[in-house]
Amino acid sequence: MQKIGVFVCWCGSNIAATVDVKAVAEAARKVPGVVFSADYQYMCSEAGQGLIKDAIKEHGLTGVVVCSCSPRMHEATFRKAVQAVGLNPYMLEVANIREQCSWVHKDMATATEKAIALMQAAVAKVTLNTPLTAGMTPVTKRALVIGGGIAGMQTALDIADAGYEVDIVEAKPTIGGKMAQLDKTFPTLDCSSCIVTPKMVEVGQHEKIHIYSYSEVTQIKGFVGNFNVTIKRKARYVDEAKCTGCGACTEKCPSRKAPNEFNMGLNNRTAVYIPFAQAVPKVATIDPEYCIKLTKGKCGACAKICEAGAINYEAKDEYIEVEYGAIVAATGFEMIDVSPYDEYAYTQSPDVVTSLEYERLMNAAGPTGGHLLRPSDGKEPKTIVFVQCVGSRESCSGGEMRGKPYCSKVCCMYTAKHAMLTKDHYPDTDIYVFYIDVRTPGKNFDEFYRRAVEQYGVHYIKGAVGKVTPEGGKLKVQASDLILNEQLHIDADMVVLAGAIEPNKSARPLATMLTASMDTNDFFTEAHPKLRPVESPTAGVFLSGMCQGPKDIPETVAQAGAAASKVIGLLAKDHLVGNPCVAHSDEWMCNGCSQCETVCPYGAITYEEKEFRMPDRTTKVRRVAQVNPAVCQGCGACTVTCPSGAMDLNGFSNAEIMAEVDALCR
Amino acid sequence: MQMNDKEWKPKIIAFCCNWCSYSGADLAGTNRLSYPAEVKIIRVPCSCRVNPMFILRAFQQGADGVILCGCHPGDCHYSTGNYHTRRRMTLLFSMLNYLGVESARTRVEWVSAAEGARFVSVMDGFVADITRLGPNRRLEDLRCKTN
Repeated sequence: MQKIGVFVCWCGSNIAATVDVKAVAEAARKVPGVVFSADYQYMCSEAGQGLIKDAIKEHGLTGVVVCSCSPRMHEATFRKAVQAVGLNPYMLEVANIREQCSWVHKDMATATEKAIALMQAAVAKVTLNTPLTAGMTPVTKRALVIGGGIAGMQTALDIADAGYEVDIVEAKPTIGGKMAQLDKTFPTLDCSSCIVTPKMVEVGQHEKIHIYSYSEVTQIKGFVGNFNVTIKRKARYVDEAKCTGCGACTEKCPSRKAPNEFNMGLNNRTAVYIPFAQAVPKVATIDPEYCIKLTKGKCGACAKICEAGAINYEAKDEYIEVEYGAIVAATGFEMIDVSPYDEYAYTQSPDVVTSLEYERLMNAAGPTGGHLLRPSDGKEPKTIVFVQCVGSRESCSGGEMRGKPYCSKVCCMYTAKHAMLTKDHYPDTDIYVFYIDVRTPGKNFDEFYRRAVEQYGVHYIKGAVGKVTPEGGKLKVQASDLILNEQLHIDADMVVLAGAIEPNKSARPLATMLTASMDTNDFFTEAHPKLRPVESPTAGVFLSGMCQGPKDIPETVAQAGAAASKVIGLLAKDHLVGNPCVAHSDEWMCNGCSQCETVCPYGAITYEEKEFRMPDRTTKVRRVAQVNPAVCQGCGACTVTCPSGAMDLNGFSNAEIMAEVDALCR
Repeated sequence: MQMNDKEWKPKIIAFCCNWCSYSGADLAGTNRLSYPAEVKIIRVPCSCRVNPMFILRAFQQGADGVILCGCHPGDCHYSTGNYHTRRRMTLLFSMLNYLGVESARTRVEWVSAAEGARFVSVMDGFVADITRLGPNRRLEDLRCKTN
């Protein structure tokens, strides 16, 4: 027979002003099974908890009901309190008589009546509760960082510096990400390569970091502390261990028509290539689409010239499985495809470029060697029009949305940077920037933008570009100035489109593998937007950089460090205490139908052939469901699916919920 | 009891998932938004934990309306739980129709943790609907009413 104690909290006047707490405590005494009840001003206080502890000891209580605020607030507090005096923490139930009673009802009689009903339901439930013990699972002390841009590199470095092994999986042949492609960074105008390439070297040389470049994650199994990840190492046809990165093969390669991704396709590269001079790992990769040997079977020039004998045309994709304790998503961003924006004539003229292409055109290591030349005729542009918010900040009203509803955050600043750098090199260039708003929140950001306007004389025009028409070697830009309410016609030599930023395409399939949630724009969602900004709702999965939302480099680095500290906190533990409120199956009732296995989103249920001793003393082998308590998250989907009623959920069992239903209907 | 009986108040059970709707209900409280006291909440880990049997049981025990609240589709804490809920409840609705029970006595609503006001408007609407429908007679098992 259970001996239940009921403790009614006043919460100062928060509860007591609307609920007759004495009446609730008194009503509790009449409930079968209740042997003790009390009320107190603040149950969560030291003294209140003491009251509960004393009563457990004095009356030998087997179950406790606290009528107080939401269990989301203080359930953990009270569980700890009862555990301190030897009661199983799961022999406690909280009746929510504050948020769901005293705060939402005004009439004392009604609120008291409801509080009594809620108390009775909690007593009915706790009477059926069974002691639960959380399982312990070991933690694999190795972290996986998916993405090798600045976010991934910084996360990996911070974790590795704390002494843990880290693997980086990068889809491209080199780490470095978008930051390696940038020319300068705002608002200091320091050279992007000069700060990112040393970081790449540091990552490459760190003894605790292993880089899987040109690789992809294809499968993730397991759970926090114990992930099992399959990594596909794409065939690069060059032995990473043998290649010295001398680049002789790239000079000899006769196939020179492959678009150079690093330069945004503004020039071509060879089929065997090293993305850029500072690549890490500095290893050549053969592009199978353009390699003559791989497509036509003839050539082999690179194999002949390679002194290290690193070329291997027979290479195949390899799959490796690695165990990790924590996973960080750092998949970064891409710029949207601006070609659907017909009005800007991106597909009609090579002189209409995106900001990232412009970045490469300005870069000393870019296709023009840092001389700003028009892609069409190689002449210096005299008039440049920048168009802001191409695909950003679009409203959903008025038909189909082509772009993104959000602000891409970095465009205003990099456009100011582009304008200033252009003016620095070619002071007589006329620069127009068409904007909706100029958004410059950030340290030294507004000063930077004002410098572009005041010192450099960049023409900032609030307004929209309506149409760009290529005509006679010029780009005729029709635009409206919203402040002067004028139509403008500008004969431009180049148009630069600040396209919206969107999450990398690999993020969505990755989120599915991680069972991590995403918002409608495919940015990863954080476990709590304010309080847990670098954690995914899926335990053991963390977020770093643009994959969580648009942000600039310092913010990315800060978030990378924060994600790393969360990973370190996890890996520092030897064991994780699990959630005991998990599903379990009654093997005798299980009929082996596998329906629970199909609905389980975590793959926590497996089937096993087991021998059963039947009542007639024969032995029968039956296929029955097994729940892995370390993997089960306790949603209960299987319990309802199970046609034979074999599946039940600890802490929210069928009997417990039915008892609550019965009590509330009484 | 008659429909015009002013004293009659419906008995309403609301199953709320721990992650979204229960927090939404808490938020209604934090913001001091009021809804009818007839609504009594049972916390479940996920809306997909609610066996249609629980709903039938509630009706059998004399509940006049049962509402099931979960995270918005796509936002389930367990990623797919509320999709199971949606399918199961669709079946339950047609079964109730078949039994001759007004399927409006039970309902699924998506209420996020940030939607305290929505929780209130959903509950106001549901209580008004059930009040209009009157007491549940069809499924109530009077043998349950021993005490």
